[in-house]
Amino acid sequence: MSTRQDEVTAAPPRESHARQFGAGFVVKLLLMMAVNAFGIAAILSAWNAGAWAVLGGLVAFLLLADVIYFSRRMLPLKYLYPGLVFLLVFQVFAMAYTAYIATTNYGAGHNGSKEQAVEAALIQAETEVEGSPTYPLTVVRDGDTLGFAVNDDGTVRVGTEDQPLEDAPDATVGDNGAPSEVPGWEVVPRGDLLSDQALAQDVIDLRVPISDEADDGSLRTREGATAKIYRSSLDWDPEADTLTNTDTDVVYSPNDRGTFVGDDGSTLPTGWYVGVGLDNFSRAVTDAEIRAPLFKVTAWTFAFALLTVVTSFLLGLLFALIFNDDRIKGKKTLRTLFILPYAFPAFMSALLWRGMLNPEFGIINKFFFFGADISWLQDPWLARFAVLFVNLWLSYPYWFLVCTGALQSLSSETTEAARIDGASGWRLFRSITFPLLLVSTAPLAIASFAFNFNNFTIIYMLTGGGPNFDDTTLPLGATDILISAIYEISGVAGGRADFGLASALAVFVFVVVGVISALAFRQTRKLEEF
Amino acid sequence: MRNTIGKVAVVATSVALLAACSSGTTEETPSSAAPAASESEAAIDATGLTLTVWVDENRKPAVEAAAEQFETDTGATVELVQKNFEDIRTDFLAQVPTGKGPDITIGANDWLGELVEAGVVNTVDLGDKAGSFEQVALDALTLDGQLYGVPFFSEAIALIANMDLVADEAPATWDDMIAMGEESGANRPVVFTTSMGDGDAYHLYPVQTSFGAPVFAQDDTGAFIPEVAMGGENGEAFATWLSEQAEAGNVSANLDNETAYELFASGKSPYIITGPWAMTIGGFDGLDMQVYPVPGAGDEQAAPFVGVQGFYVSSQSENTLLANEFLTNYMATQEAQQTLYDLDPRIPVFEGVGSDDKPWLQGFVDAAAQGVLLPSIPEMGEVWSRWNAAESKIINGADPVKTWNAFVTDLEKAIS
Repeated sequence: MSTRQDEVTAAPPRESHARQFGAGFVVKLLLMMAVNAFGIAAILSAWNAGAWAVLGGLVAFLLLADVIYFSRRMLPLKYLYPGLVFLLVFQVFAMAYTAYIATTNYGAGHNGSKEQAVEAALIQAETEVEGSPTYPLTVVRDGDTLGFAVNDDGTVRVGTEDQPLEDAPDATVGDNGAPSEVPGWEVVPRGDLLSDQALAQDVIDLRVPISDEADDGSLRTREGATAKIYRSSLDWDPEADTLTNTDTDVVYSPNDRGTFVGDDGSTLPTGWYVGVGLDNFSRAVTDAEIRAPLFKVTAWTFAFALLTVVTSFLLGLLFALIFNDDRIKGKKTLRTLFILPYAFPAFMSALLWRGMLNPEFGIINKFFFFGADISWLQDPWLARFAVLFVNLWLSYPYWFLVCTGALQSLSSETTEAARIDGASGWRLFRSITFPLLLVSTAPLAIASFAFNFNNFTIIYMLTGGGPNFDDTTLPLGATDILISAIYEISGVAGGRADFGLASALAVFVFVVVGVISALAFRQTRKLEEF
Repeated sequence: MRNTIGKVAVVATSVALLAACSSGTTEETPSSAAPAASESEAAIDATGLTLTVWVDENRKPAVEAAAEQFETDTGATVELVQKNFEDIRTDFLAQVPTGKGPDITIGANDWLGELVEAGVVNTVDLGDKAGSFEQVALDALTLDGQLYGVPFFSEAIALIANMDLVADEAPATWDDMIAMGEESGANRPVVFTTSMGDGDAYHLYPVQTSFGAPVFAQDDTGAFIPEVAMGGENGEAFATWLSEQAEAGNVSANLDNETAYELFASGKSPYIITGPWAMTIGGFDGLDMQVYPVPGAGDEQAAPFVGVQGFYVSSQSENTLLANEFLTNYMATQEAQQTLYDLDPRIPVFEGVGSDDKPWLQGFVDAAAQGVLLPSIPEMGEVWSRWNAAESKIINGADPVKTWNAFVTDLEKAIS
């Protein structure tokens, strides 16, 4: 890498096209203008949204872009930079974020921040005092102090957060029953209330005690026109970081799992997410409830990916060999027909197959098995077979295409030389054609393995992972591969969400696919030496 | 010159991008909506504020109509975001804590436990409007004595009979129904979805309850507690019954909703077990139908699940006041509820809502009257996929008692 850079910089100074005031420069300038315009717009959006990490990243990307493209040097980076940016944004960031979630307990019941959990606990604990009348209400203010003025059966009473309700004898009541004028207070019209978001939020949060006795409750409004008496059974103490139940005197304090635990052992329903270190990873291997089904799923994932690649490669190769023969007429038409399954969207084909495999209404049983009642997708082994078969049907055209291309590019000289040496038929294929074919198709086979390792579509659309295992607590099934198991565990489709565990498994899948690809690519290099 | 062009480009794209970015959030956006017409003291001028509401396709036009009035009265903008109903729960749970969620969303009552556990919903107070709602609908959206939503319909499954094939007589038991269905000469005595092999415990639940095996135990107040009640003798009796019915061909593992609708609509089955939604989407137009409660097969009354849908207010909304104003004064009205009903008729929950031209509705009302509310405790999330799978296996010939007990044990482990 560095030597190449040296060559570039050491080359005799020749003005680049982009640095002369020609057409190239104008094009470059226009492009950079667009990049800067979008970059700055995105930075402003990030600023408005208060997303500081994103903002920092955007500024760095934009500055680097300007430096790279307006500098005389850094020629290689001029080519690499866009790719690097995409790699960082779409790959590295997503992976890093998944890894981060894997170290938290983000999931059902641990969904937001701690402040939100406290807020939720207070919302849940605040109940209407039984038999509370509905008071017509006017919001009043004195400078920055907000207050409620209510019409209590003809008497107007006023109070603030710190000042319990007291009579305001000289106040007048308007047509709608709510106080219209309160001496010493400025009346806030309801229109102002709704148009001022901040003020409206203050009014929503305002609680005016109805007496000196805190237990009597306080006035609260939800829409700014009426008030009712509410009482909260929880008291938040930000200093001590505890919530206290004023009815039972139970003190709830936060634990390191993101839950408020009372001193009597009870917990509050709403938690928040916290870092749990490598807990999710160790749970996946030590908790027998998770380990046992995951082991089966992992084994099937490998079998599924491997068998799919092998079967579809062999079938595709077979057809490619047959249809590469010069004696066959109408090769082009036939080849086009063969590619058809590949041309349909996979999810639609999978759905179609699901219908065709229906034991009662599907055509497979009706046409090919004399109407026998074969539950293709309900028996574990039949379902696995069906998944493999449908995936074979979906993917052999790809290999047919690839192998046809590879066969046609083989030089006829090698084959002829082999023929002169006396090789023919099977021997020719085994010793010459096939090894040469592997040189160009092996990397594709690895890519295909990695793709099928994460082939969510076919599993989800054809069997949904079922039929479920009999002996496991996790609702996973015989045809679940890792990626569909992760989907199930994540709770996106229903059920209890556990994004932490799902992310930990996703990291595991990433490592497996990465290692296998690396090893396999190293092996294919040996093929090229052939 | 170059500088000027650059600046213009920056400004132009900034504006476009910012507009695009802010439209999905509840930030203040400039609005050209006219201020309220009346200049009286009570006139509300919320110009510039945007209320974001998540709705599904069927609810959108009705909410749109109510929102129009609201916009004229207040000057605020109501932004309706149409989503798939199935996506709303997950998206709401994920987006509210980040501050990106809507102010209001529609939702089902069985989400409530999870929404409360996640701290994403606020309580609501219907004030004197509460009296106009069916109590059961309010109960459905209530948890620990707190009301969290404004309901707009309830629903329960029932047995729909084709009058051309069977007599107008509610079958007293499951066996009666099968006998009457077989007598009709149709291919199948009854059809209902089993999600094409995945199992569908929801549609079999009335029969299950008739064996005295409800999903969860209930406390003194009738609220569900996370204690599985499907096990034991009663559950085993239901599992055995299911296995026998599958053996006899009365329960098929291979039906989904569409196939079941099709078989019923074409007269290949005189009975179908389904909900009021099928009346709109099932293609039953022109059939002479009667609706009865689903008959039980055990000794107790068959009780279907009653589901309720309503509006929830986000706990992170910056427009709580406006959201409450919209819900209590614009959606909790007979007019708005009637529009909701007209567009997608389910069991109305508001006083005076309904119509005379849908005689079948009463059957669903009767069915719902013997039903139990869908449990809203968060543990319910663990139940469905295991439950469906267990029933599917039994229908496909697995040993009923063994499969059922394994399912109950697994479920108990999962929620403990």
